[in-house]
Amino acid sequence: MSQLTNEQLLEIAYYLRLTRTLEERLVALFRQAKVIGGLYRSLGQEGESVAAAYALDYKQGDVVQPLIRNLGAILVAGAKPADVIRQYMAKGDSPTRGRELNIHFGHPAKDGFIGQISMLGDMIPVMAGIALAGRMQKRKLVTLAFIGDGGSSTGAFWEGMNFAAVQKLPMVVIVENNGYAYSTPTVKQTLLTKLSDKALAFGCNGITIDGNDVLAVHDTTKQAVENARNGGGVTLIEVITFRMKGHAEHDNAAYVPKELIAEWAEKDAVVRFEKLLVERGVASRDELDAIQKRVREEVDQATDEAERSPMPDPSHASRGLYIEDGYWNG
Amino acid sequence: MAETTYIEAITQAMQEEMARDERVFLIGEDVGGYGGAFKTSYGLIDRFGPERVIDTPISEIAIIGAASGAALMGMRPIAEMQFIDFITCGYDILVNFAAMNSYLFGRACPLVVRGPAGGGTHGGPYHSLNPEAMFMNRPGLKIVAPGTAYDAKGLLKAAIRDDNPVLYIEHKYLYRRIKENLPEEDYIVPIGKANVRRKGKDITIITWGAMIYVAADAADELAKDGVSVEIIDLRSILPFDEEAILESVAKTNRVIVLHEAPLTGGAGAEFAARIAEKAFDYLDAPIKRIAAMDVPTPYSPPLEAAALPDKARVLSAARELLDY
Repeated sequence: MSQLTNEQLLEIAYYLRLTRTLEERLVALFRQAKVIGGLYRSLGQEGESVAAAYALDYKQGDVVQPLIRNLGAILVAGAKPADVIRQYMAKGDSPTRGRELNIHFGHPAKDGFIGQISMLGDMIPVMAGIALAGRMQKRKLVTLAFIGDGGSSTGAFWEGMNFAAVQKLPMVVIVENNGYAYSTPTVKQTLLTKLSDKALAFGCNGITIDGNDVLAVHDTTKQAVENARNGGGVTLIEVITFRMKGHAEHDNAAYVPKELIAEWAEKDAVVRFEKLLVERGVASRDELDAIQKRVREEVDQATDEAERSPMPDPSHASRGLYIEDGYWNG
Repeated sequence: MAETTYIEAITQAMQEEMARDERVFLIGEDVGGYGGAFKTSYGLIDRFGPERVIDTPISEIAIIGAASGAALMGMRPIAEMQFIDFITCGYDILVNFAAMNSYLFGRACPLVVRGPAGGGTHGGPYHSLNPEAMFMNRPGLKIVAPGTAYDAKGLLKAAIRDDNPVLYIEHKYLYRRIKENLPEEDYIVPIGKANVRRKGKDITIITWGAMIYVAADAADELAKDGVSVEIIDLRSILPFDEEAILESVAKTNRVIVLHEAPLTGGAGAEFAARIAEKAFDYLDAPIKRIAAMDVPTPYSPPLEAAALPDKARVLSAARELLDY
């Protein structure tokens, strides 16, 4: 089994619960029309999001880049739940001060994470560049990028992967195969049956694992991260998982067969991981309940904070286009 | 002191900035051992090594994207497009990622994207682009287009030291055709400041890049008829020196906006509109725009010459203004 200590296993359990509970809160806020834009669920994908991000060493300067369904990853990296809620509610004191949505925020050198932009694939070359800078600065940092079955069809993904591989950059890429890109099933993205075979095109390491097995995701990522840190270059890890909700809250995902949802509900990573902790005597049910209670209190408090936050001042709309404006210093 | 060509000025700027600041590096296709398709980076790899003069696969998205990522980490990358035409392959990541860092996230992204632009070299439709207009309407970038060796060096240094992404458009027709004595000491040309290249009182020509020489030829010709032309070399397209434009128009009351890119939706439309909005009362005649035909730049010399603006068209516009 994993080299994770009991304390670390419990921390992972905490982040899993935090992710799920925070998202449930966002759903409630969405239904109250307090979330301004769309709401994108990671239900079913919390396990791999948290487990992979937990394999990084943020003190070394490691950087994780989530996609829209990797809320858990940025929570592990240190994002504050109140900030996530502020982002969704378009508040003036959100990390982007109301200029951008959801989990599109973060600074790679200051926060240990950087949000994606909406053009899928673009973050792969960016994360390669962050790894390149780390190497030029003689630091031992590793970058971890998430991309999806759909995103890995983009030209930016291919260019970024190839560049990172050629440069032997310290980068790990998680390709989440969650069955659908919006309404398009993976069979319409690629003829490959294993997305990790894309690694062959780049001459880098590739592996496919069960994305709902928290320990497998953590251990595989950890190994790839340490390999990258030691000069072993890029690893592409395909995690097989499933998107349990529509593309966003507006999408009822009628195109997804009900049997598939039912099948994957049985494989829920959070339930599975907690069961494992109980079986192995790492935690009792009461202890897990205590974690859930603590998480709920934190999310309640974060919600209160975010709800009290002001909306942005419209007179600021023209500010900060260029750094020398000084807007972001104030 | 030896005269420095426009292309040598670019090389010197990169070399001096790389020597001054170890965060500065060059990344692009064939920039290393080969020294760049035009030899712009010739010798840089010998001095700074392959870690700071990075040859890449043919991947403009990766070049601009990786440079942007490194810039966020405090590096100061110069990303070379082998021809500026290929920037369209990396357009998305430049306008959607690099350009938005400050406004959306408060992140400094001190990136320079530079490359050879412009026609007149029979490069054909894929090696003659003047790309400024397609970036003007995407806020967040700065855009500069030097027309002299002095400005080529000073603006590139300014761009490298700037905390925002800067698109640096170098005109390849000028690479080895112009030279001048440059100062020995370090200098920059501030982004956003125009240069009044020639003082005059009858007509203002607002232009930049290689067109400053077309404007100068026309001005020489008009001077023979006693017409005094003022030439404003904008140098910076975004942000641009509105004050210099309006000041000149207020003095001459007649204006030609001259550029090498196609007319429709060209950068000149913005400058003309700004003049119409803010200096209408000063105008004694309609604003004239001289630009390339609205066609891709054709290859064959007679076609190319017909498509691009020239002295004759500037002269005829000037005479129309004078006769108005």
